[in-house]
Amino acid sequence: MTRLFIPKDAAALALGAEKVAAKVLAEAQARGVDVEIVRTGSRGMLFLEPLIEVETAEGRVGYGPVKASDVSSLFDAGLLNGGAHALGIGRVEDHPYLKRQTRLTFARCGIVDPVSLADYAALDGWKGLARAIEIGPAATIAEVTASGLRGRGGAGFPTGIKWKTVSEAPADRRYIVCNADEGDSGTFADRMIIEGDPFALIEGMAIAGVAVGATRGYVYCRSEYPHAIKTFNEAIAVARAAGYLGPNILGSGLAFDLEMRTGAGAYVCGEETALLDSLEGKRGIVRAKPPLPAHKGLFGRPTVINNVLSLVAVPHILAKGGEFYASFGMGRSRGTMPIQIAGNVRFGGLFETAFGLSLGEIVEDIGGGTRSGRPIRAVQCGGPLGAYLPVSQFDTPFDYEAFSKKDALIGHGGVVVFDDTVDMAQMARFAMEFCAIESCGKCTPCRIGSTRGVETVDRIRAGVKVEENIALLEDLCNTMKFGSLCALGGFAPYPVTSALRHFPEDFAPRHAIAAE
Amino acid sequence: MGGTMSGASNWNAERAAQIINEHLGLEGPMLPILHALQDEFGYVSADAVPMIAKALNLSRAEVHGVTSFYHDFRHEPAGRHVLKLCRGESCQSMGSEELARKFLAGRGLEWGGTTADGDLTVEAIYCLGLCACSPAAMLDDELIGRLDAETLAEAVDTVSI
Repeated sequence: MTRLFIPKDAAALALGAEKVAAKVLAEAQARGVDVEIVRTGSRGMLFLEPLIEVETAEGRVGYGPVKASDVSSLFDAGLLNGGAHALGIGRVEDHPYLKRQTRLTFARCGIVDPVSLADYAALDGWKGLARAIEIGPAATIAEVTASGLRGRGGAGFPTGIKWKTVSEAPADRRYIVCNADEGDSGTFADRMIIEGDPFALIEGMAIAGVAVGATRGYVYCRSEYPHAIKTFNEAIAVARAAGYLGPNILGSGLAFDLEMRTGAGAYVCGEETALLDSLEGKRGIVRAKPPLPAHKGLFGRPTVINNVLSLVAVPHILAKGGEFYASFGMGRSRGTMPIQIAGNVRFGGLFETAFGLSLGEIVEDIGGGTRSGRPIRAVQCGGPLGAYLPVSQFDTPFDYEAFSKKDALIGHGGVVVFDDTVDMAQMARFAMEFCAIESCGKCTPCRIGSTRGVETVDRIRAGVKVEENIALLEDLCNTMKFGSLCALGGFAPYPVTSALRHFPEDFAPRHAIAAE
Repeated sequence: MGGTMSGASNWNAERAAQIINEHLGLEGPMLPILHALQDEFGYVSADAVPMIAKALNLSRAEVHGVTSFYHDFRHEPAGRHVLKLCRGESCQSMGSEELARKFLAGRGLEWGGTTADGDLTVEAIYCLGLCACSPAAMLDDELIGRLDAETLAEAVDTVSI
């Protein structure tokens, strides 16, 4: 029997993977050939989705992007033996897009059946957890610290230090909370890994539990990801039945169990304290810090709250050692970052690599420029609260500190490409509008400032007292940046001020009149 | 997840009480209860608010505060089908705003509106995580990537009766 692999990743489904899989099955039956279709996550080469892979003696051979109407001709070309076809990409592992990557966090994604324990174990699964149990909490935290891993949600706080703080906080119980509220436009790494390799997140959370003495974990996933929620709940059930979760994980005598919770469409719940309030059943309102969640988090207990990518990096760090992970990267940005290349781009997808590639390499060499074929004009990094960078800054290395020096942020690793038709004043307005829609309302700079921001950009675009209003907008951005309680109001000015600085021509009255 | 009226049932206080009860063993049961009610009925009825308040020992104001805070929870039934068009930056870079503007105008709708025959509700969504295949949308439970005016109209006409 021939094994075929077709993703059930949400992006692959959005591009027709379900129809392709059904057609492959029907075609095989009609031709009387025996095939097994394994539904995997995505390799992250989303420009090739739906990508069909077939197991051959030479390894997995791929075809993509496949439409249902291509399936018959694929069979004619000898799909099941890796035969030549216009859609053929050869051995998937040899594809330059994959070959250039350093896949640590996404090592299994797109290869394994997401809920197969056998597949997971065959590719180093559970080794990190076994080692954490063996070396104990203090040495586990030391490994994570030595890895230099910093919070992949965007803030870049050292994970090891967070864990140590929680482990030392006196408490009757502690919690592990995974932030899977991946709301930034241009990001999809959390979704992909939860759909493609959910056991890695379960293992990472269990290791965190062992490290800090927590017995209960929650994954807070946004409701916009129904496929991720479904896959993860399946994975929890499978892991629990096999003793990887429950009262006695891996026979260690240690207990750890977890539950997935669904958000309800509030972007601000990606902010960790708003997320905790939401988990507790309240409005997702940002808390003032201190106290830190590490001291008083979920239900007032010490809580490790980490992003999906931080937690998924952990099993690898424990299995291979912190030093190995730290050997990748540059400066204080150690390890790898799954960069998500999105927007108006030819080769959009997930590209995991050590920190340090330049922005230009990411969007031009790897991303292949725009999908529209027009010149790139701007790139927004780090989601709706991230700066717009012009082509003149494409030499900026992808690194927390280098970006911060340019008044920009890496955030969760999303890179959104815009071509030269973009109206940057409109994008600045949208940043303020989005902040107004999503503000939790607790602090005034964010709640009121964002609405005043929209009005001010509107006046500028209408050509009303342009200079005065630009000065006012900059002043408002300054107030929001330094006066807001959390990153929503605090970072919403980044897209606005970067648009003003790098694309002033879009705010000129002449342009405003022309645009109307 | 916005349920659609096609799979939803009429409001039933007894069934609602049962749903609330099923979740009382959870830590922080509020959001799971609200999601379960919406999945069952297609919206969170105002009649559910005092029931939840009583079960969780909260004031009605606190429960109302939660139901009104989150974009997901509906206070009245949606149309038979729900189309969520992404307005995130990534989709905007591929022309989603114009696509949406034309689609809404063509159906005589504003964001959040429902067609007169109750068939289709169109809502904005801020990112479906399909940013490498923008513009994206979710029609009921189906995801659609690389949308254009034609594929969007075709998808909507296919589900419409």
